Amino acid sequence: MAAADAGAPVGRSSDQPELIKAIPLRRPGRWISAAIILIALFLFVYGVFTNSAYDWSTFGHYLFDQRVSQAAGITVLLTALAMFFGVVLGVLFAVMRLSPNPVLKWVSWGYLWFFRGTPVYVQLVFWGLLVVIYKQIDFGIPFVHQFAHVDTKGFFTVFWLAVIGLSLNESAYMAEIVRAGITSVDEGQHEAATALGMSWTQTMLRIVLPQAMRVIIPPTGNELISMLKTTSLVTAVPYSYELYSRTRDISVETFNPVPLLLVASAWYLFFTSILMVGQFYLERYFARGASRTMSARQLRALAHAQRGGHL
Amino acid sequence: MSDSGPMVKAEGVCKYFGALEVLKGISLSVDRGDVMCLIGPSGSGKSTFLRCINHLEQVSAGRLFVDGELVGYHQRGDRLYEMHPREAARQRRDIGMVFQRFNLFPHRTALENIIEAPIRVKRLSKRVATEQGKELLAQVGLSDKAKAYPAQLSGGQQQRVAIARALAMQPKLMLFDEPTSALDPELVGEVLDVMKQLAVGGMTMIVVTHEMGFAREVADSLVFMDEGVVVEAGQPREVLSNPRHERTKAFLSKVL
Repeated sequence: MAAADAGAPVGRSSDQPELIKAIPLRRPGRWISAAIILIALFLFVYGVFTNSAYDWSTFGHYLFDQRVSQAAGITVLLTALAMFFGVVLGVLFAVMRLSPNPVLKWVSWGYLWFFRGTPVYVQLVFWGLLVVIYKQIDFGIPFVHQFAHVDTKGFFTVFWLAVIGLSLNESAYMAEIVRAGITSVDEGQHEAATALGMSWTQTMLRIVLPQAMRVIIPPTGNELISMLKTTSLVTAVPYSYELYSRTRDISVETFNPVPLLLVASAWYLFFTSILMVGQFYLERYFARGASRTMSARQLRALAHAQRGGHL
Repeated sequence: MSDSGPMVKAEGVCKYFGALEVLKGISLSVDRGDVMCLIGPSGSGKSTFLRCINHLEQVSAGRLFVDGELVGYHQRGDRLYEMHPREAARQRRDIGMVFQRFNLFPHRTALENIIEAPIRVKRLSKRVATEQGKELLAQVGLSDKAKAYPAQLSGGQQQRVAIARALAMQPKLMLFDEPTSALDPELVGEVLDVMKQLAVGGMTMIVVTHEMGFAREVADSLVFMDEGVVVEAGQPREVLSNPRHERTKAFLSKVL
């Protein structure tokens, strides 16, 4: 354990045997394999920098081009909005699917069946065609009387159609992730909360979902990273101001696709790295109480108490 | 509700899971301030009966009253109407339950486990609930473990926190479902001590247990169940030393 040294007992009496200082086990296999990988890596990097096809000067020229950085911002915005609505709807559909109410259960099942069963690209094409298929939306009593009309073309911009398309598809996947998380929580937890007089909603929000988060977060991080790149499909709507479409459009002008693909990849990698850091902290937060291992602070407090001190 | 009459009264309570009959007409009553121990072989329906009392299981036939109030249903004339979950939750509020597997909330510290329901269900302020929670931790001898998570406590300590959590709702009735069966032998005593202390304090308790010593010493009545029926009931000493039925004799010879 990492905290073992920090917590080494102080004030040991001289008649106790000496602390063990053993020579660590030698592991030559690790050194050899690390050396081989380093050599291979060096050769690859050397090749990348000497091969003219990569055209690093063009890469440098466009990496912080205003059009590209704007497109990167739009990609992040699309990802954030689509994931936000995806998660909210996903939780809703998961809870509906697990609820004792048969109407909610089957509505949720039908939704999942449709949105998981069709490719997201096709869905996005259809959302793009929405304004053509449904020219206006009427509110009122069907076949009898309509008191409000919305002109779809003026109401939905291409950007929001892209957000809707991505969110609805994502929510179907999120629903299954959340459902897996909820069912992973021990049944006794639900029972204990019920026995204390907590309502079903209170039990879900306060007891079950916080514990389910530990199971939900890793695959959700996965979905988020995946969504960052799925945004490149909104070109199907067609929306073309996000990172991938933008860099592709530029490369069409310059006849030089490789460096611009690298520019896009660099930005995607940058955002993904940030997301991974965020995920680390989230996972640590929701791991509260999941392990017997005590934090360094708790161990210090215990050692202190053992020596007769007060907490 | 009423101050007279038994705390729990069961009249021919039956419970079916599909075609499986688990309880076949249980009739008994528990007076206020009394401790009743339920014993019997596993699968005899003891736990199911206990779970019926706070409506974690729905009774299939018969009537079950807690504090003079029908559990889980409204009766108007001869008709029974299913209770809204909100009302069932209100009934459960006054009934504390302690589980064999503790069922503490692992993402909350000992103290947070105790104050959760008083804050959310009884709408106590966090300050009042915390004060009360600390007193309860002291009562079960765990003042120094307020900030520990359940996984960092021994089984006996977890069960004592679970008892404190149930007491925090100030119940009029406590149900114990084999509270010491999941514990190492040396930890059983500390949990039984807390329960004895509660019994002495006048709490009405129904305890499903295999601890015959506890039953003999603390219980006011002892009920032996087998295959979904009450085989024998009476004074603990009487039932334990002079069982009248063959089935009781056979069971006791195995556990005593």
